[in-house]
Formats: sequence, structure tokens, C-alpha cells
Amino acid sequence: MSSGLIGKKIGMTNIFDEGGRNFAVTVIEVQPCVITQIKTKENDGYEAVQIASFEKREKATAKPQQGHFEKAGTGPKQYVCEFEGFDLEDLAIGDELNAEDVFTVGSSVDVVGISKGKGFTGVMKRHNFSGVGEATHGQHNRQRHPGSIGQASDPSRVFKGMKMPGRSGNERTKIKNLTVAKIYEEGNLMMVTGSVPGPNGRMVEIYNR
Amino acid sequence: MDKLKLAEQSLINENIPSFKAGDTVNVHYRVREGEKERIQQFEGVVISRKGSGSNQTFICRKISAGNIGVERIFPLFSPFIAKIDVKKEGDVRRSKLYYLRERRGKAARIKEKDQRNLQGAAEKAHKEVEQKPEPKTEDQKTEKAAKQEKQVAKDQAKKEAASSEEE
Repeated sequence: MSSGLIGKKIGMTNIFDEGGRNFAVTVIEVQPCVITQIKTKENDGYEAVQIASFEKREKATAKPQQGHFEKAGTGPKQYVCEFEGFDLEDLAIGDELNAEDVFTVGSSVDVVGISKGKGFTGVMKRHNFSGVGEATHGQHNRQRHPGSIGQASDPSRVFKGMKMPGRSGNERTKIKNLTVAKIYEEGNLMMVTGSVPGPNGRMVEIYNR
Repeated sequence: MDKLKLAEQSLINENIPSFKAGDTVNVHYRVREGEKERIQQFEGVVISRKGSGSNQTFICRKISAGNIGVERIFPLFSPFIAKIDVKKEGDVRRSKLYYLRERRGKAARIKEKDQRNLQGAAEKAHKEVEQKPEPKTEDQKTEKAAKQEKQVAKDQAKKEAASSEEE
């Protein structure tokens, strides 16, 4: 498992590297993340660091959670998650972690987020089917259909897990092996190459590889 | 959105002059040949500017030898652009001059912006700003009052008309 931080997708732009090549990059806001709990082998059976980031209104926070954040000496936060890759020795509850402490420019990261919801979609968009081939030769109104979904009297049923139309998107997605292109201390921003799941403004988890 | 602008600020090259579609520019472009680097110049009319923030491009069109139109798309903040000289400012009425592609020779000329007129206009505008403020507010007030009066008159006329219809 690996260390990481919580970020917020800001938007996309592009940059030139030293060789003059142009890359698409995603800008992610990484505010200082507060350590709210440290899980140890003796207490919890595994080692991890619980991290919280992005301010939240106190009124919108349940009392038990308020107490939990108070213990770490901070206000309520929007997003809480655990990372297992940190070295526990030099960390304490209430410490703040910045992007430049955890990531280095040029290293690779994985970014996890909840993808954009697409609603009810057909098999071409959802499972990358190629559709029913032709528009002529007696065929009509089935160009984006799935085609056959099984055999006849044997097995005389449709197998479970058959790829069919349905709700797609809005699920936890990991994009692997993106490169950290830039880290700005001012504004708490960082850039990773390529795209990141979800719309602008959605929370993402950034993991070191 | 503001955060995105903040991030893009560091990517923007401030040495690049401002120019518009219709201007004639000379682009000094770094070309790498093996290990040597030399500068290539491309002089032509800017026929389009696109994009915002750090993600901008412009299309430069020139007529090369043999009367052949050559267009190049340059990323505005590309590290290969060493310098951009603005040679002429053109007087055009649209932001995309794609119509130049269908024209040849004299028809493809662009009127140059009259610098004297520009200066005169700027001075005039400056003077007007200095003089105007006080009378302007009064004018507005009187205008408003006149409008209100008109409205009242209209309403009354309508009412009368309605009452006459009822009768």
C-alpha cells in the first residue's frame, strides 16, 4: 500500500515540457491535510493514517464527527480517508501534510475518484460493443443493439453477468500511472498529466505508486 | 475556476506582445536540426486567434514563392517561439479572416489601421470623459423623468380607452 493525500479536481489545461512537447494536465487542489487518527497493530490490527481535508460547516457535521475532529485539534472536514503507506514514527495526530511533503515532481501517482454519472446507457457506450454491423441487407433500427445474448434450448437461459444496457458511470474509478508535472506551494495546487475521474470540483484521492 | 487561472499564470509568457486578427507579425521560431538550433522566421497575417489562458493558438498565413498560400498554427506560449514582432496593425471587422483563403493578390490585402486617427480618437475620448460626468447625470435624470411622464400618459390613455369600450 502507498502513501497519498486528498485533493479536489479543479480543471484541465496543458503545459510544455523542457523538450517542447505539449501535455494535457489536470490541476488538483491539495489543501494541507490533517492527520485525524493513527491506527496501529496493537489497537486496530493494521497500520494506517487517517487523513481529512477541506473545510466543512460545523452545522452540517454530526456531533460524533465533530468530537472526532476536535480530538485532532481541527474543525470539521469534508473528506476523510485512510492511507497505509506512511511511516508512522514521525507522524502525530493533528499534523498537517502538504503536497510537497508527500509527492515529488516527476514521480508517478494513481488517482482515485468517483466518475461522472452517465445515466442509463446502451451497450456501445457502457461496454464498448461495436453495435450490429450493417445498416442495409434487410436490417433496420438495430445499429446500436447488443446482438445475441445467448443460445436457445441449451442452456435456455441468459447467463448471469451478461453485459447489457444500464446505469453507467458514478462509480469509484482508479486512473493508474499519472506523472506529477508540477507542484505549486502557493495556492496549494499540483498538476498531474492526463485526465482524472469525475467533474471539476469533485474530491479525489492521490496515491504514490 | 479562479484556481485554474492561478495555476495557468505561471505558464503564460508575458514577453509576447498583444496582437489581433488582421495584424502582420513576424514569428521567430526555434528549429532544432540534430544538435544545432537555429531561428526560422515566418512572417504573415494573423487570420485567427483561439483559446484562453495558457492554452492559446494563432494561425499565421503568408503567400510564399509561387503564389501558394502557407498557413501555420502556433501555440502562443510555445517554448519554441523566441520572439514575435508586430509589423502592421490591420483594420478588419471580424475576428476570423478565413475569407482571405479564397482571395488572391490585390483582393487579399488588409487595410492598415490609421495610427493618426487612432491617436485623435483616443484624445477625443479622453476629453469627453473629462467633461461629461456632470451634465451626463442630469441628462439621465431628465430622460428618466420624461420617460415616466410618457408612461403615465400612456396608462391614462389606455384606461380611458378601456372605459370608453365598456360604455
